[in-house]
Order: sequence, then structure tokens, then C-alpha cells
Amino acid sequence: MTTISSNDSLLTPREASIKAAEDVFRSQQRRLRIRRWLLPAAGILTLIFVWAALVYLFKVPPFVAPSPQLVAVTLVNKFDILMANLLPTAIEAISGFLLGNVTAIVIATVFVHKKSMEQAFFPVVVLINSIPVVAKAPILVLLLGNGMEPKIAIAALVCFFPTLVNMVRGLESINPQSLELMKVLSASKTEIFFKLRLLNSVPYLFSALKIAASTAVIGAIVGEWIGSNTGIGALIIQSTFNFDSAMLYATVFVGSVFSVSFFLVITLIERLVVRWQPITPT
Amino acid sequence: MTAPAIDCHGVSVRFMTERRTVTALEDVSFSVQSGGFTSLLGPSGCGKSTLLRVVADLVAPSEGRASVLGTTPEDARRARAFGFVFQDAALLPWRTALQNVELPLEVGGRRALPPGAATPRELMALVGLAGWENSYPHELSGGMRQRVSIARALLGGPRLLLMDEPFGALDEITRDRLNAELRRIWAETGTTILFVTHSVYEAVFLAEHVLVLSANPGRVAAWEQIDLPRDRDLSIRDTAEFVAIAARLRAHLGSVH
Repeated sequence: MTTISSNDSLLTPREASIKAAEDVFRSQQRRLRIRRWLLPAAGILTLIFVWAALVYLFKVPPFVAPSPQLVAVTLVNKFDILMANLLPTAIEAISGFLLGNVTAIVIATVFVHKKSMEQAFFPVVVLINSIPVVAKAPILVLLLGNGMEPKIAIAALVCFFPTLVNMVRGLESINPQSLELMKVLSASKTEIFFKLRLLNSVPYLFSALKIAASTAVIGAIVGEWIGSNTGIGALIIQSTFNFDSAMLYATVFVGSVFSVSFFLVITLIERLVVRWQPITPT
Repeated sequence: MTAPAIDCHGVSVRFMTERRTVTALEDVSFSVQSGGFTSLLGPSGCGKSTLLRVVADLVAPSEGRASVLGTTPEDARRARAFGFVFQDAALLPWRTALQNVELPLEVGGRRALPPGAATPRELMALVGLAGWENSYPHELSGGMRQRVSIARALLGGPRLLLMDEPFGALDEITRDRLNAELRRIWAETGTTILFVTHSVYEAVFLAEHVLVLSANPGRVAAWEQIDLPRDRDLSIRDTAEFVAIAARLRAHLGSVH
């Protein structure tokens, strides 16, 4: 006999067995979720332990490589110096990121509307992009002097190319039937741009911005290697020359944390902005 | 007598590529009376979608002329005299179902809904999607997406609905259900419908007239009147009359190959 009730004890055998299976499945899922966090943490801890053990066992002198404890102590003691040097690098990276990406978006818009411009200038862009960053840096230092400007310019240049390529693709890879729909609705070019192309390009833009977030920091640091007294890049060069390995490692750590945080901020913005998914064919 | 909803006279369309010129349509003439439901039937590659695009002002004919509701296709397009339903629904993934239906109000120079015309919400209900207004396209099934695109095409109460194999990508069960609903929508709205398909059954079940096109190049192979009762349900496909009409159309398709 079937009894309908919210009380668990009155479930039919069939309902009870379904409920038991559900409980087993849920607890398995919970375990899997914990493992996803636990295992990477264990990996990192293992790495630090092996590093500490190697330095201790082989008696590696501190001017060659520091122990993890020494790096931690340096991070705390030299926190002020590290932050004072992170500030200019962060300003350069973020300014370069904004400048490079805004320029790329504007130029991509021009390219999509004027095919002749794209045909004339896209090869020039590819040519400039093919010059390695370390070779572009001295040229820009000569042109722009020793201040923040050349670093911003280098950070902007390394962001520019991936964003331009992705943005052009995002603006152009429109479903042909959506474009026909706009024509049937007698939409103007401006309307097609704002209602269709621009929104279509947003996921493409964000995949470029996530690359750019890391490369902008690299660009700023490389810029600081050539003629600079402050910044993460300058601190790296200084500590290397002073055989201050603990300071070198601490600087690299600070630089990486900044770079990863920048990336995570962009990922967070992407999650807030892109709430749709591309339609999967049925 | 009023002007026919669609009148094509000697329409030819040629596409040129570097290697060769393809004649998609050759000397096609036909006309559709206002309020009718006409199927455009033919094998794939016979130019039936091209013919629909000539009517919709998406493709310009190389020769001949088309008139839509007594005017040129271009003027009809500007006046929003027809709605178009695409094969893959062509919904914008960043808009909800309701926002997709509202799109025609936001482009082509913001336009207000004509007085007395059904609102986007009423159209969602007409296509059986009341309650799904705030869903995104990726949350809808293929059949539901196509219903949304039909609602969008009906916004503003167009006098003509052009449909390009709208159910071609759907499974048979969903397709059957939508076929039955399209008959109902046609009866309720009184819109003239031109429906492209390569399914003989779909063409016969839906329409009052079937225009059969042959392939390479696309020519008119036959124009058949479908003498079936106006009130139809899917079981009519098992009647002797239906089977006989379908067999006759298939013979037309076969004779041109």
C-alpha cells in the first residue's frame, strides 16, 4: 500500500531506496569537492617541503638559493620595500593594460567597418608584433625616456595584439542568419554594430583580456629591466647583482601574486558580464 | 480584387564565383493569394531558399521582378510587411526569449507596436511559451527556440510570413507538433504564409498550395492545389486522399531528376 507522507519512516521501499541512493551520491560529490581543493594544496606543500629539504641537505649557500623560511622572513621584514616597488609596476601594468586594450578595441572597430584599412594595416601590426618584447623595450626607452612612459608603452604593446586579433574575430564571426535577420529588420550599420557585433565579441574580448592581464605585468617588468630604479623589475635586477637570493625570490613571489590577482579580477568581471552561453546545436 | 501577396515574374538568380557561374533559379513565375498557405517544395540545392530570399529582399534577382503585397520587396521590407523565420532560429544568445521577441522594436529606427497588434508577451503565449519569457536561448530546446523565432517574426502583425525550413533541424515528434501548431497560428492570425521545406509530408499537411521546384537550375516543376479540409490534424496523413496527393508530388519531384 502506498502512503503519501512527508515523514521518512512512511516511505515505500522503492522511495526509500531512491532516497538512499541520492544520499550516497551527494556524499560522494561532497568528497570530490573537498578533494579538488585538498590535492592542489598538498601539491604546493610538497613542493615547498622538497625545496626546504634540498637546501638543508646540500647546504646550499644563501647567495645561490634561499630556503623557503628565509624567503618568508624576507617577505615580512622587507614588506615596505616590496610594496613600494610593487606600486609603480602595478600602475604601469594597469595603465598599459587599459591603453593597449582600448586602442585594440578601437582599431578592431575601424578594421571591421573599413575592410581596406584592415588590408593595409593588419600586416604592419603583425610585423610590429613579431619583434620580441626585449628588443622593443630599448627602442621605446630611447623614444620615451626613463620614466614610467616607456614601461606603460611596452605593457600596452604586449596587450594590444591578442586583443586586436580576438576582437576582430569576435566582431566578424556573426551567425550569417543573425545578419540576415538584421537586414530583414532594416537595421542600420550602427544598430548592427551595437545590437549584434559588439555583444557577439564580448566572450572573445574576455579571453584576450585574461591573456593581457598576465602579459601586461610581464611587459612592465621587462620595461623596468632597462633603465629603472624602482619597480619589481628593478628590484629583480638589483637583488641579482647583490646575490640577495632571498630578496630575489620574495620579489618574484610578490610579482606573481599581483599578476594572478589581476587575472582573477578579470575572470570575476567576465563572470558578472557574460551571463549567457553560446547556443549549442540540437 | 486585391493584389496578390506575392507575385514573381520570370525570376532568375545567378551566383558568380571565380571558377563558374551557378544558375540557382531560372525563369520562375508564381503568385500567392492573400491569406493563403503555400509550401515551396524541392530537393536540396534547388534554389527554394534563394527564391524565399528574393521575396524577402535578401537576394536581388538577376532577371525578372518580384512584387510583395503590391509593392517591391525593398519597400515591403522597410514597411515591415513580412516576417522571416530562419532555419536555425537565429536567436541572440545574450537576450532572453522575451527580449528576442522584442528585438524588431529596437532596430530599423525604433518603432512602436501598431495599435491593436499583439504584444510580445501575447505572442509568447500564442506560440505556447507563456512562462518562459525570462529564459535564455541556451536554456530552451530546439523546438522552443523555433517557437520564439516565430513569435519574433509575428511581432507587429505582418501580413506575410516567410519561413525557411524552420523545422528542418528538429526531431520528427517535435516537428509534427509544431506543424499542427503552425496550422493553428495561421488560422488565428490570418497571415499569408510561404513555407520552404524538402519534406513532402510537411508540404502537403501544412499548405493549401504547393509549388514544386526542380533542381539545377531551379525551375517550377508543378503547382498543386491541396484539396484537404481546412481543419486538419496529424491523423489526416494516414487518409487515402493525403497519400494520393503526396504520391503525386513525389512523382513531380522524381520526374525532374
